[in-house]
Amino acid sequence: MTAKMVVEGVTKRFGDVSALGPCSVQVQPNEFLCVIGPSGCGKTTLLRILAGLVPPDEGRVWVDGEQVRGPRPEVAMVFQHFGLLPWKTVWDNVAYGLRLQGRPKAEIQERVPKFIELMGLRGFEHKYPYQLSGGMQQRVGIARALAVDPEVLLMDEPFGALDAQTREFMQEELLRVWRTQRKTVVFVTHSIDEAILLGDRIVVLSSRPGRVREVLSVDIPRPRSGDRVRGLPRFHELRHRLWELLRAEAEVVR
Amino acid sequence: MRVAAAAPAQRRVPTRPRMTPAAIRWLSVAVGLGAWEAYGRLLGSPIFTYPSAIARAAVALVQTGELQFYLQASLVVLSLGLLLAVAAGIPLGVAVARWPLLEHVTDPYISALYATPTVALIPILVLWLGFQTQAKVALVFLFCVFPILINTYQGVRSVDRRLLEVARAFCSTEWATWRDVILPSALPFILAGIRLAIGRGLVGMVVAEFYTSITGLGYMIVQYANTFRTDRLFVPIVVLMGMGVGLTGLLKRLERRIAPWMHVLREE
Ligand SMILES: Nc1ncnc2c1ncn2[C@@H]1O[C@H](COP(=O)(O)OP(=O)(O)OP(=O)(O)O)[C@@H](O)[C@H]1O
Ligand SMILES: [Mg+2]
Repeated sequence: MTAKMVVEGVTKRFGDVSALGPCSVQVQPNEFLCVIGPSGCGKTTLLRILAGLVPPDEGRVWVDGEQVRGPRPEVAMVFQHFGLLPWKTVWDNVAYGLRLQGRPKAEIQERVPKFIELMGLRGFEHKYPYQLSGGMQQRVGIARALAVDPEVLLMDEPFGALDAQTREFMQEELLRVWRTQRKTVVFVTHSIDEAILLGDRIVVLSSRPGRVREVLSVDIPRPRSGDRVRGLPRFHELRHRLWELLRAEAEVVR
Repeated sequence: MRVAAAAPAQRRVPTRPRMTPAAIRWLSVAVGLGAWEAYGRLLGSPIFTYPSAIARAAVALVQTGELQFYLQASLVVLSLGLLLAVAAGIPLGVAVARWPLLEHVTDPYISALYATPTVALIPILVLWLGFQTQAKVALVFLFCVFPILINTYQGVRSVDRRLLEVARAFCSTEWATWRDVILPSALPFILAGIRLAIGRGLVGMVVAEFYTSITGLGYMIVQYANTFRTDRLFVPIVVLMGMGVGLTGLLKRLERRIAPWMHVLREE
């Protein structure tokens, strides 16, 4: 099986700050890959390189065997900072990617309400981002990325601004979308539990500059639901292992 | 300090409703006008005047049609100059922000002209363009164009880099990025530039009319000043004041309507 994405020896510096790498990862087709690491270790930078938004200083990235040299329509990104356009309504923000791709009107009319509904934003179609809570804005960003039906979904702490209940609900919705529409997902998170619940594998990055510290396979059968997974001994083993890895990295920083 | 002093007074008379800010403003204006009126009548000087005399003069000037005639001349100059400044300033500001080469080429001229007191250019413009509308429109244009150009440039430049990255991530073409991201984000700046331009344009209009002295509200002022008709002299001044307040107020409302997200922080 050929990998969907290959990251090979990628590094990135900003001025005299070494932000990332060298970092090498492979993402399999339809895999749900979680990335976890200490704050500031270069997770966002890694996603931006995968999306073709910034070129790496060294190393290369391939998608479907093709080297990434810029953004690609089959790859969509959910931004940590939401990245909504303040002058567009929720509806227009969700339609943004579809319109840029020149999709037919009928398709836009059909898909936009679908993802607004999915993200629990019904009734807010005509509101502007500044009229929404942080968690709702984040869901608009997710709906916008899902709406273009991307093959690869790059998600940068997409549930960070959500309360615990909404977060759990969104996790299950995302898993459902991923299962039914077969997408490859790279999911950055701060939450150990979330990584275990969602991921096929978990990449643990070291503190800055982020390198791959360890890759863990989450051998918990799907479908997974929060309640059930948290009761499994394997969940606690993984949790403990991740905790140790991350604590070791946090100590490096200190 | 003032708040601390006012608080006990409020506690003593809790039932009395407080005046709204608008009521305070109107009261302040009424008191000011009343004082002016009283002082003017007491003084009885022929070169001093007071509100009721100005109001009578205004009625007379409207009845003869004089005010409308000069106002119209002024409005033509102002709107033509402003329109040209908008039509030139916005595209120029966009172009200068878009092409660094153009920025470097034009910056010395723009900075120099903006720094020059525009009134200093009046004699040369009159020499070149004559005393007619043309010269005055050119002058208003020069007064108006720089704030619009510079604000447009600043607006384009201050677009959120992260939103530009969002546009790129969704494979936006450059044209679409201008339409969806850069221009909407610059729009409040552009409107603020037009608001500044209106203020400057009014100054340019009056000064041009002072100098060319053929028609317009500025001409009215000069004419009545020379004949010591202070009551009539104040009529165009009041009209100019109204224009300034009205037009900038209109632009402010427009800014709020067009870019509500810019005002969220101020509201709460
Ligand atoms: N555009 C930039 N210019 C300068 N430095 C940058 C830039 N982007 C990131 N950095 C630096 O690179 C490092 C990694 O940043 P990055 O945003 O990738 O971290 P992160 O792992 O996503 O952090 P967090 O968990 O807080 O989101 C940080 O030290 C950051 O300050
Ligand atoms: Mg980040």
